[in-house]
Amino acid sequence: MRGQQRPLGWSDAMTALAAGEAQIGASTDSCPAIDVRGLTKQYDDLVAVDGIDFTVGQGEVFAFLGPNGAGKSTAIKMLCTLAHPTSGGASVAGFDVATQAKSVRRHIGLVFQEQTLDDQLTAEENLRFHAVLYGVPRGQVESRITRVMELVALSDRRKDLVSTYSGGMARRLEIARGMLHTPKILFLDEPTVGLDPQTRALIWDDIQRLRTEEGVTIFFTTHYMDEAEYAERIAIIDHGSIIALDRPDVLKASVGTDTVAIETSDDGAALVALRSAGYRVEHGERGLVAFVADEEAAVGPIVAAAGVPVQTVRAHRPTLDDVFLHFTGREIREQHGEAIPMFARAHGARRS
Amino acid sequence: MSTVTTADITVPAQPTETQLSDEVRVVGMVWERELIRYGRTRTRIVSGLVQPVLFLFVMGYGMSGLVGTTGGFNFRQFVYPGVVAMSVVMTAMFSALSIVWDREFGFLREMLVAPVSRVSLVLGKTAGGATVAAAQGTIMLVLAPLVGIHLTPVLVVQMIAIELVMAVAMTTFGVFVASRIQKMESFQVVMQMLLMPMLFLSGALFPLNGLPGWLTVITRLNPLTYAIAPLRQVVFAAQDMSPAARARFPTNVTLFGYTLSIGMELAIVVVFAVIFFVLAFRGLSKTE
Repeated sequence: MRGQQRPLGWSDAMTALAAGEAQIGASTDSCPAIDVRGLTKQYDDLVAVDGIDFTVGQGEVFAFLGPNGAGKSTAIKMLCTLAHPTSGGASVAGFDVATQAKSVRRHIGLVFQEQTLDDQLTAEENLRFHAVLYGVPRGQVESRITRVMELVALSDRRKDLVSTYSGGMARRLEIARGMLHTPKILFLDEPTVGLDPQTRALIWDDIQRLRTEEGVTIFFTTHYMDEAEYAERIAIIDHGSIIALDRPDVLKASVGTDTVAIETSDDGAALVALRSAGYRVEHGERGLVAFVADEEAAVGPIVAAAGVPVQTVRAHRPTLDDVFLHFTGREIREQHGEAIPMFARAHGARRS
Repeated sequence: MSTVTTADITVPAQPTETQLSDEVRVVGMVWERELIRYGRTRTRIVSGLVQPVLFLFVMGYGMSGLVGTTGGFNFRQFVYPGVVAMSVVMTAMFSALSIVWDREFGFLREMLVAPVSRVSLVLGKTAGGATVAAAQGTIMLVLAPLVGIHLTPVLVVQMIAIELVMAVAMTTFGVFVASRIQKMESFQVVMQMLLMPMLFLSGALFPLNGLPGWLTVITRLNPLTYAIAPLRQVVFAAQDMSPAARARFPTNVTLFGYTLSIGMELAIVVVFAVIFFVLAFRGLSKTE
């Protein structure tokens, strides 16, 4: 018993120490960027957010992944002080969301799902307006505008009316605006919803750049699995509760290993050959399934070791879809269908 | 323990509380945005001129046949201050009701989530709307010679001052109404159900004396009544009018048999403006 306890305790302590060091290294402040305790939001008989707990370290990229209606937006609204918690609480940038709402708002940047730009003003005028609202010192306004426009690569469109911007450019301008007052944390609620894949990629480039060059903590919500991969840690949220929270690779590892499935001319012979070569192999639905550490590297050796002609090969690495399926018992796509993105696209189109 | 102390030291070091100078800056910025938008929409300036011009010339000539001329003074001259007021009122309301657009297109949210006082936002909006509306009213002054109204430098100053008071009251009224409107579709309805009756029952287009009792009561409840009378009074005071014409086109507002002075009328307008300001602030405080 004792022998088993000790290594566990040691590794826990080491992890905690390493995490603490990482946080101190990221910033001079040592409190977490976001600290959430039992946060709950109840509407009449619907519990939108059901007592969630988590912390986000300074400089971390953190994602809320879940289907529409899971409670992501309600949770982010409470963190941004746009909704009052029914019970529980949170501190954001060191301020309490319930009692220090104004201070919280000063220290966070917000990018909403819907566009919130004045398209009759130029990009620069929108930014100048924002700078005043958030009390950016007069002497710094010009240099900050120049800086954030560079960050999202829109410098050459600075003097253009926002009404001439495409949907993707407007969204990137909003991200720039969210960074204008040098917030400690940038909140992005479904930042790429309704945009085409190329634009989505550009936006993620922008966000990565903000993170590396400005050192800002990033908190975003998404229902796109591939986008959640940009996060260092993901909280999977469903029916108002966090059902899993970890690094993407840990989450994926928790649902199983990589697999290589093969169909051969003689599965029986191949099974024996592969097992004797040291592979863990089982009979699958069609053919054989080998459980491996790294599917990419294993495909070649497995085909060679099978000893009989291989007809098909399917390699698979667990995805966040598998993770979501594992924890909720269903696929994320069933939940929102196509209605939501299509609506968002129509919404964006009307504005552009 | 050390984490707590570090946080305690770092937090007050940053200016987290909004200061008065910051709020003044916000008022200025919201005001500036109104001016930028006004200057950028030429069609609005032109359309803001078309309707009053229609009333002034088309209705002015049309009604002249009916009303006739008394002592060399005609209906167009009578209606001119009312038409100037109309253009001020319409511009002020339009500017204030742009909040409905801001809500629809999301920009209202950008303003409401900012760590600033809603008072500053309403003040900025009011100042902006009032400036734009007074500017539109001032543009109307170029029409004065065409209808035989004689302008003096003093009269121009007086008119602009009264236009500003009127514009402030109407902008706060508009912001209050806009804060209660959630949908764009309601905008047209409000314009027609509120603005047109207010204009018609304000004495802008016809004298308020000799109306039936129930109509008199309504006109006296209308804030615009007290804003249009002073404008007409200063305009008429600067004209060379015969006593007969002055008797035919009275300018004073009577309340319970008491004739109000310009100062009292404007004071009533200011009271309305303050009430609307409070209502507008409360209306905007309810959201977000």
